[in-house]
Amino acid sequence: MSNPAILAIVAALALLGFALGRSRAIAMSGTARLHSLPRYHGAYVAALALLPALIVGILGMIAESRLLGSFLVSALSPDFGSGPGLSLALAQVRGAVASGEIARLGEENLRAAAMAYSAYAGQLRLVLLLCVVGVSLAALVLAWRRLAPDFRARNRTEAIIRIVMMTTSLVAILTTAGIVLSLVFETVRFFGKVPVLDFLFGLQWSPQTALRAGQVGSSGAFGIIPLFAGTMLITIIAMIVAVPIGLLAAIYMSEYATARLRGIAKPVLEILAGIPTVVYGFFAALTVAPMIRGFGENIGLDVSSESALAAGLVMGIMIIPFISSLSDDVMNAVPQSLRDGAFALGATKSETIRQVVLPSALPGIVGSILLAVSRAIGETMIVVMAAGLAANLTLNPLEAVTTVTVQMVTLLVGDQEFDSAKTLAAFALGLVLFVVTLILNIVAIKVVQRYRERYD
Amino acid sequence: MTDIAPTPARDIGPAADPSGFVRPEVSKRLSRRYAAETRFRIYGIAALTVATSFLVFLIATMIAGAWPALLQGTVTLQVEFDRDEIAPSGALDEAALRKANFEGIARNAIYGAFPQVTDRREKRDLGRLLGATAGDALRAALRADPALLGTTAAIALPLSDDAELLVKGLVDRGSAQKERRLSDREIAWLDALGAEGRLETRFNKGFFTNGDSREPERAGVWGAIVGSFLTLVVTLVLSFPLGVISAVYLEEFAPKNRWTEIIEVNINNLAAVPSIVFGLLGLAVFLNFFGLPRSAPLVGGMVLALMTLPTIIIATRAALVAVPPSIREAALGVGASQLQVVMHHVLPLATPGVLTGSIIGMARALGETAPLLMIGMVAFIVDIPGSLTDPATVLPVQIYIWADSPERAFVAKTGAATLVLLSFLLVMNALAIFLRKQFERRW
Repeated sequence: MSNPAILAIVAALALLGFALGRSRAIAMSGTARLHSLPRYHGAYVAALALLPALIVGILGMIAESRLLGSFLVSALSPDFGSGPGLSLALAQVRGAVASGEIARLGEENLRAAAMAYSAYAGQLRLVLLLCVVGVSLAALVLAWRRLAPDFRARNRTEAIIRIVMMTTSLVAILTTAGIVLSLVFETVRFFGKVPVLDFLFGLQWSPQTALRAGQVGSSGAFGIIPLFAGTMLITIIAMIVAVPIGLLAAIYMSEYATARLRGIAKPVLEILAGIPTVVYGFFAALTVAPMIRGFGENIGLDVSSESALAAGLVMGIMIIPFISSLSDDVMNAVPQSLRDGAFALGATKSETIRQVVLPSALPGIVGSILLAVSRAIGETMIVVMAAGLAANLTLNPLEAVTTVTVQMVTLLVGDQEFDSAKTLAAFALGLVLFVVTLILNIVAIKVVQRYRERYD
Repeated sequence: MTDIAPTPARDIGPAADPSGFVRPEVSKRLSRRYAAETRFRIYGIAALTVATSFLVFLIATMIAGAWPALLQGTVTLQVEFDRDEIAPSGALDEAALRKANFEGIARNAIYGAFPQVTDRREKRDLGRLLGATAGDALRAALRADPALLGTTAAIALPLSDDAELLVKGLVDRGSAQKERRLSDREIAWLDALGAEGRLETRFNKGFFTNGDSREPERAGVWGAIVGSFLTLVVTLVLSFPLGVISAVYLEEFAPKNRWTEIIEVNINNLAAVPSIVFGLLGLAVFLNFFGLPRSAPLVGGMVLALMTLPTIIIATRAALVAVPPSIREAALGVGASQLQVVMHHVLPLATPGVLTGSIIGMARALGETAPLLMIGMVAFIVDIPGSLTDPATVLPVQIYIWADSPERAFVAKTGAATLVLLSFLLVMNALAIFLRKQFERRW
C-alpha cells in the first residue's frame, strides 16, 4: 500500500469524523443549547482524527526506511562485505523489489535477500498501516465521546489551528537551519581532507584529485583566492554598468518623469528583472561575447572568447532594475518639504537632487547597491554559460576568469562519489558564498530599515 | 510629488533683464547652472534609453535567432512504397510498419531524383541530405493512408539540419568549402531540387511535441514543458499553503517578541540567499539524507518551493497589512473570534494581493535553473516524464543543455525554447497584473 493511499484513508477517516461530530452536535442541539456551532464540533473531531495520525505516519515512514535499510545491510553484508560491492548489491536488490522483477536477479543470494526484503517490507507496511489507522480511529472515538452541549468546540478547534499555523511558520526557520547545517556538516568533512588555511588563502585552484597515485595533472589544489578574484572582477564590471544606469534611471523616474512615463518605464525595467538568468547567459555567450571579441580584434586587442567583460556586462544589465527600483523607492520617501526648502533658496532641480535629495537618500541607495552586489556574487547561470572554467588570478577583464558559483556547478554536475574532496569542496564554496551574501544582506536590510524609520 | 515642485523660471537671463539689474557674472553663472540642469536631465533620459534598448536588443536577438527552429525544411520526393519490401507477409500491420526499413526507402527516393549519381561515396552524401526523421515521416504517412502501399507517391521528407540551414538561407555560399558543413556538390544538389520547386519550409510541429534528442531535427521542448509543469505543481502545492499560513500567523496572530523578530529577519534573509545554495540544500538533505530520487520533478519542486516560500510570505504579509484595521475592529465588535476575523474578512480581502505575489513567485520558480542543476535535473532525458518521480528536465535547464551543444542547429532550438519560456512568463505576469488591476482596492 503506497503512501498516498494511506494518506487517503486518513483523510477519509477525518471526513467521517467531521460528519459524525456534526451530526452528534445537531442531535444534542434538540435538548440543550450548544456552546459552539455544529460544524465546529465536526471540525474538532476531524482535526483529532487527522493530526495525530499524520504525525505517527510521518515518523513511521522515517522509521520504516531506516529499519529496511539496516535489515538489507545485515542480510547482504555476510556475502558482499562493505564498500562499493555492498552498495551495488543494495541498489540491485532495491531496484528489483521496486520494479517487481526479483526473478531477474542473477545471483542466488541476491534473490534470497530480495525475497526476504520484500516480505519484511510488506510486514512493516502492514504494521505502519495498522498504527496509523488505529491512532486515527482511537482519536476519533475519544474526540467524539467528549462532545457535549457545553463543550467549547470552537475554542478547542481554534487552538488546534493556531498550533498548526505556528508549526508552519517554523518551516522558514527549518530551511535556514537545513542550509546552515548541511553546509557546515559537509564543509567540516572537507576540512578533514584539505587544511582550512590552504582553502582560504591558497592561490591555486585545480580541483582534479588523483584517482590513482602518481596521476599526471591532478594537483588537487583547493585555494579559493583565484575564484574570489574572478567573482570580484565580474561583480565590479557589473556594478560599473549597473550603478550609474540604475541610479540615473531612478533619479529621472522619481524626480523628473511624468506619471505617464513613469508608468511605462518602471514595468519595462521590471521586465529586465523578470527575464530568467539562463536567457541572459545564452545572450551573453552567443551575442555579447562574440561582439566584444570582434570589437577587440578590430582595435588590436586579444580578447578571450569567455572574457570576464562579457559576463560582467550582461550581469550588469540584469542588476539595473534591482538598483533602480529600490533607489526609486527611497528617493520617493524623501519628504517633499526638503525639496521645497531647497527650491525656496533658489536651487535648480538638479542642484536640489544632488545636494539635498541624494544625500538624504544615501543610506537607502547604499543599501540597494549592497543588495545588488550580493545578487551579483550569487548569480550563477550567466557566469556558468559566459565565463570560463580556468581559475586565472588576473585583473584583466579581457581574460577568462572563473567564479565561486561556476566552480560549484562544475564540481557537482555529473556523476561522482559523494565523499570525494571534489564534491565536498562545492559545499565549502557554498558556505563561503552563503556567509558573504548573508553579511551583505543583513547590512543592507538594516541600513534600509533604519533609514525608513527616520522619515516615517 | 514632483509635479508640485516649481520649475525655475527660465527667462531670468540677461535678455529678460534690459534694465541691467542683474550683474553680468550672476547671469553667466545662471546660464551655467541651467546648462548643468539640462545635462543632468539628459543623463537620466540616456540611462532610461540605454536600459530599454538593452531589453529591446535582447528580445530582438532572441526572436531573430529562434525562427529557424520553428520552421522545418522539407524536400518533396517521389517515394515508391514497395509492397514486397514493406509488408513481405502481405498484411500491413503494426509489426510490419515497425520492422520495415523506411530509412532505406527514403534514401532510394532521393537516389531516384538524381539517377546520374552512382559513385558510392557520392550516394552516401546524397542520402545524408535527408534528416534523421525522414523514415519516421514515411512511416507516419503510410500509417495514415494504408492505400499508399504498392504505389508511388510524392511525399514531403524532412531535410537534415545542415541542408535545412541552406534552405533557410543561413549558409554563407561564398565561404570556402572547408569552413561549412555542406560541400559544393551537396549545395548543387539542393539547388537542383530547389529549381524543381521541391524544397519548401513548413511549420515545425515536432518542436512542440517531441522530447529531447541528440539529433537537432528530432529534438523538441514538450518533455521539458511537461517537466516544468510537474515541478511547478509540486512547488505550488507546497509553497502556497505553507507561505500563506505562515504569513497569516506572523501578521495576525504571533505575539511581537524576540522569536517572531528572528523569524522575520530570517525570512527576509532567505529571500536574498543565492538560489544555488538552495540546490546544495536539496542535494544534501533531500537526495543524500532522505534518499529521494535524483532528477525527479518531486525534488526539484521541493527545492523551488523552499526558494519561493519567502517571496510568498512577504507578498502575503504586505497584502494583509493593506487591509485596514477598521475591518478587523468591526468584525471583533460584533463578536467574531480572532480566527473568524481573519478567515471570514481579512484573508478574502487580501486574496488578490496574495494571488499576485504567488504568481510572481511561481514565475520566478519557472525561470530558475541553478538549484536544479545541483539535484541532477540536467540529465539528457528523451522520454516525456509521466510521474513526479520520473527523471525529467525543465525548460530553463533544457535551454542550458542546448546552449552547450556543438551542432549549429541547436542554436536556433535554444532561441526557440527561450521564446517558449519567455511567453509562459509573459502569460503568468500578465495574469498577475490583470488580477492586481481587476481587484485592486484603495481604502
